[in-house]
Amino acid sequence: MFGKKLRRLKQAAILPGLFLLLTGCAPIKSGVLNPQGPVAKKQLDLILWTSGLMLLIFVVVGILFVYMLVKYRAKPENEGYEPPEVHENKWLEMIWTAIPIVIVALIAVPTVTMTFDLEKSPSPHKKPLVIEVTSADWKWIFKYPEQGIETVNYVKIPADVPIRFELNAVGAMNSFWVPELGGQEYTMPGMSMKLWLEADKPGTYVGRSANFSGRGFTHMQFDVIAQKEADFNAWVEQVKKTAPKQTEAQWKKLLQPGLVGEQTYSSYPKLKEDPNMNHDMKDMDHGTSEANSMNHDMSGMNHGMDGSETMTHME
Amino acid sequence: MAAISEKATSSGPLEYSTEEGSLKIFGFWIFLGAEIVLFATLFATYLVLHGQTAGGPTSKELFEVRDFMIETLLLLTSSFTCGLAVLEMRKGNKKGYMAWMAITLLLGLGFLGMEIREFVTYVSEGAGLSRSAFLSGFFILVGTHGAHVSLGVLWILCVMAQIAKRGFTPMTARKAFITGLYWHFLDVVWIFIFTAVYLTGVVT
Amino acid sequence: MSSLFSFKMPEHGFFVTGEPMIYMADVLIVLVTLGIIFVLTYFKKWRWLWDEWLTTVDHKRIGIMYIISALLMLFRGGVDALLMRTQLAWPGLNFLNAQHYDEIFTTHGTIMILFMAMPFIVGLMNVAVPLQIGARDVAFPELNAVSFWLFFAGAMLFNISFVIGGSPDAGWTSYTPLAGNELDPGPGENYYLLGLQIAGIGTLMTGINFLVTIIKMRAPGMTLMKMPLFTWSTLITSVIIIFAFPVLTVALALLTIDRLFGAHFFTVTAGGMPMMWANLFWIWGHPEVYIVILPAFGIFSEVISTFARKRLFGYRAMVYSMVAISALSFIVWLHHFFTMGQGPWINSFFGVSTMLIAIPTGVKVFNWLLTLHKGRIEFTQPMLWALAFIPSFLIGGVTGVMLAAVPADYQYHNSYFLISHFHYVLIGGTVFGCFAGLTYWWPKMFGHKLDERLGKWAFWVFNIGFHLCFIPMYLVGLQGMTRRIYTYPAETGWGPINMVETIGAFIMGIGFLIFCYCVYYSARFGERDVTGDAWDGRTLEWSLSSPAPHYNFAHIPKVEALDAWWHMKKEKGKKKEKPEPYKPIHMPNNTGMPIVMSAFMFVAGFGFVFEWYLLAIGGLIGVLLCMLWRSFNDYDSHHYVSVEEIKKHEMAS
Repeated sequence: MFGKKLRRLKQAAILPGLFLLLTGCAPIKSGVLNPQGPVAKKQLDLILWTSGLMLLIFVVVGILFVYMLVKYRAKPENEGYEPPEVHENKWLEMIWTAIPIVIVALIAVPTVTMTFDLEKSPSPHKKPLVIEVTSADWKWIFKYPEQGIETVNYVKIPADVPIRFELNAVGAMNSFWVPELGGQEYTMPGMSMKLWLEADKPGTYVGRSANFSGRGFTHMQFDVIAQKEADFNAWVEQVKKTAPKQTEAQWKKLLQPGLVGEQTYSSYPKLKEDPNMNHDMKDMDHGTSEANSMNHDMSGMNHGMDGSETMTHME
Repeated sequence: MAAISEKATSSGPLEYSTEEGSLKIFGFWIFLGAEIVLFATLFATYLVLHGQTAGGPTSKELFEVRDFMIETLLLLTSSFTCGLAVLEMRKGNKKGYMAWMAITLLLGLGFLGMEIREFVTYVSEGAGLSRSAFLSGFFILVGTHGAHVSLGVLWILCVMAQIAKRGFTPMTARKAFITGLYWHFLDVVWIFIFTAVYLTGVVT
Repeated sequence: MSSLFSFKMPEHGFFVTGEPMIYMADVLIVLVTLGIIFVLTYFKKWRWLWDEWLTTVDHKRIGIMYIISALLMLFRGGVDALLMRTQLAWPGLNFLNAQHYDEIFTTHGTIMILFMAMPFIVGLMNVAVPLQIGARDVAFPELNAVSFWLFFAGAMLFNISFVIGGSPDAGWTSYTPLAGNELDPGPGENYYLLGLQIAGIGTLMTGINFLVTIIKMRAPGMTLMKMPLFTWSTLITSVIIIFAFPVLTVALALLTIDRLFGAHFFTVTAGGMPMMWANLFWIWGHPEVYIVILPAFGIFSEVISTFARKRLFGYRAMVYSMVAISALSFIVWLHHFFTMGQGPWINSFFGVSTMLIAIPTGVKVFNWLLTLHKGRIEFTQPMLWALAFIPSFLIGGVTGVMLAAVPADYQYHNSYFLISHFHYVLIGGTVFGCFAGLTYWWPKMFGHKLDERLGKWAFWVFNIGFHLCFIPMYLVGLQGMTRRIYTYPAETGWGPINMVETIGAFIMGIGFLIFCYCVYYSARFGERDVTGDAWDGRTLEWSLSSPAPHYNFAHIPKVEALDAWWHMKKEKGKKKEKPEPYKPIHMPNNTGMPIVMSAFMFVAGFGFVFEWYLLAIGGLIGVLLCMLWRSFNDYDSHHYVSVEEIKKHEMAS
């Protein structure tokens, strides 16, 4: 409901212009400032609305501040001047308590409405695509449960279709962030989370992990490639035909700490024991013997970390 | 204590009679406030993890009603005798104080003995600290309380030794009073452990 | 218990090897230590050092030691920052590798918050608060020394990590499961846990000490509503410390037990909950932010009112707003992880509660502005820092409100937008506050002013560098640059902006160096403060000679109004009072117990870091013995300052 008003304000907002002035050449309109889907657009609207209000405060306080400093600075002319001992002023103080309350309300209302909105599909009338995202140290794994295929370190999506990302993690926490499509959500071991995103049109958008997860964290970048729906479907068919199947051994190896390039699989193993480790929180029946073996796996992973040469290049 | 005069006010109990004494007692109350936050955090952790048994034993399977009732009884009684000891101190009765405090310590040691036995039993049954998140929470919460009790026993012994040597002065009286506060505090914490850990634990 | 007697070496060796920069640091550490030993021996200063400083229980000296440590830590944390900025100056640089970079941002954050900001603030409290309330010391001077030495032991333990055993590398927030034993074994994280634990206990004791001091030891007539604002802020901060620090103590202990003894509080396996760490950490962590900012607010209030030559506008509102902020600080912690999927209800609650903080903060800003109104503003060094705080903190504050807008936060979280926000708050608020306080009370501490010309140079250079470094971060954050990456590809286009930031950071470094030179220059040539009232001040500390005598007040002052000293100066001459005769003053003795006990604590901490339990237990027994010793020996721990000595002091000033 605030959307339209906000969009009008967008033109007036000075912030992007200010940034342009500040830096000159670089491609300013990237990331959050270059929204390519309904979620990112909504969020940018809120960002501009709040920055507009905040800029207003900054300017008002700034003017008052400079005024006080210039007008009441010590000068040789006012040498003997003794400032009055003013205590307080009830009216003034009430006014400047009231103003922040109003401004907070102006921000709080759209904040709360949008927080609830973002829980839902950005385009509820369209059929969503579900993609399971798993962050492992230090790569991104994307499974398409409906299509049965898997990609690593890149993900293809149909444009103009809402995507429901289901986020999981093996090992450390990461945060799944594609700034041009919308805000982020953490991937956490043992706790599945969801994030709705949608791309308006075909294009390639950079995603990265926003939460530090150890040595290879910097390289946890991936491309989100949005295609026309027909192209996307053709790609799925092609993957099913041409890409190799992923074996259980390959899957387990993928979860070991380290960097890998982009990979594509026509299927992924349906493991009885989901090695995502997120079972522990939900079913409590697993014995310790299993927990111990898990520990074992993990300590095994750490030994693989020493080779720093594997870290330096992944492209 | 800061350099304020150590003038004694004639009225009021001995431990409050110097400014230093009243400052330290007040400071100790504040310290107990911090201890409450500490235990509250441990309680919160324990309650969050209570169901996380990872296939291991649950609280219902582990806890023995008879044992923790006896532990509770011992500690509650010790708090009572500790109170009697401080009353004797107020009367200036050194012997009475020593006797009641000795009983307090014996009860405290009895409590500790029971608790150690309980811990040893659990560990021998394979229900140690690293068996599950629930047990980690249990051992650390109850163990922290137990460590406090042990330290309290040691501390009270020191204070008793000082009183034996010096009798009741504003300083020794203050120490006796503060250790008393500490002991009562541990009792209060135990009541919470009794309810939130043991009673709740055998029911759910 | 075979592990009791095991002294196993960490996997990568005892000393950190393989980094030329670390070898250089090793050499430097050895040289500086030898240098200090030589100078102390040559000038026969060992006795002096021990008697006058290491065993002191005088709050003013403890305060100075806190501040010296804080400045050293500011240097260390600053060097860390410059190393990071150098690595990020241009895309694809290989100045630091990933591991080294991870360690450096971890130590930078931890040191700056816990071993720089905290001791700086606590040091200023120590220097000023007892003087402001007309007391002769804090309530528990010996405990005060224990606090300092525990902080120092914790800080040193944390700092040796980079040459012995390896630094922690999981970020200053040390989130599990990354910081757990499975993903990050070895001494590094243990250093973090033990160093913070030891220093944290010291801080808790400081909180208790100052709460009791302020509640119980104010001069007659000083009601709560006549207390100087810095004292008020200290009182409120103490309360926050008492409620927040035990949570840190528990969180650190639980993770230590997880790592050392195989418990499952934060592990992924066996039912542990990694997210519980984030909750516990920030339940302490957010109030912690206010622990370092509220005293800065107090300092700004003192400084602005002093140099506007006006009583603080809206004193009551200032007090109430601080109380409100401190209460709110305990119900906003979740805004540090809106993106962990708590659902819209919880996120909305914490988003709105966070925004509410803007209201009392806004009230404070307007009150400061109105204090300037109709004043006669003198732009002295402390005043410059205080004035620069207003726009800087405003930027930090308004971006804070923006971050509280939950859906927008999904786009800011963990980006450089966030980095810039909290640096604006922590540098623009806390660091500026520390410099304002340091330059303001400098004459009281050392008896001479800091050179105005050099000090102003330091101020301007530091400030220009500060904005140059951090303003561009908002932009690069919105462009998608995330924190804690050690490099980035050229295609991102972030190169030029990062270069600007790096230049800014180095300019800040130059500002700090100018300040150091200013300290040296002023010690030699600075204007001596003979009156004790260097700034024509308003509060009681300025009624004393500079530096104040060790007993502070020969007579305990009688307070009649807010700004007690200002009031006394105005009333002077109206009333004729006969000077009262001096009386002997009862003061605590110096004691070596605190430093010895903290040394044992250091040993215990070191033992736990390397899991050498024999050493650890030995250290703990040492700590216990110190306490026992003290329990049996505190019966004659005081002495009297004779009337002759008081007379001598009072005549001299």
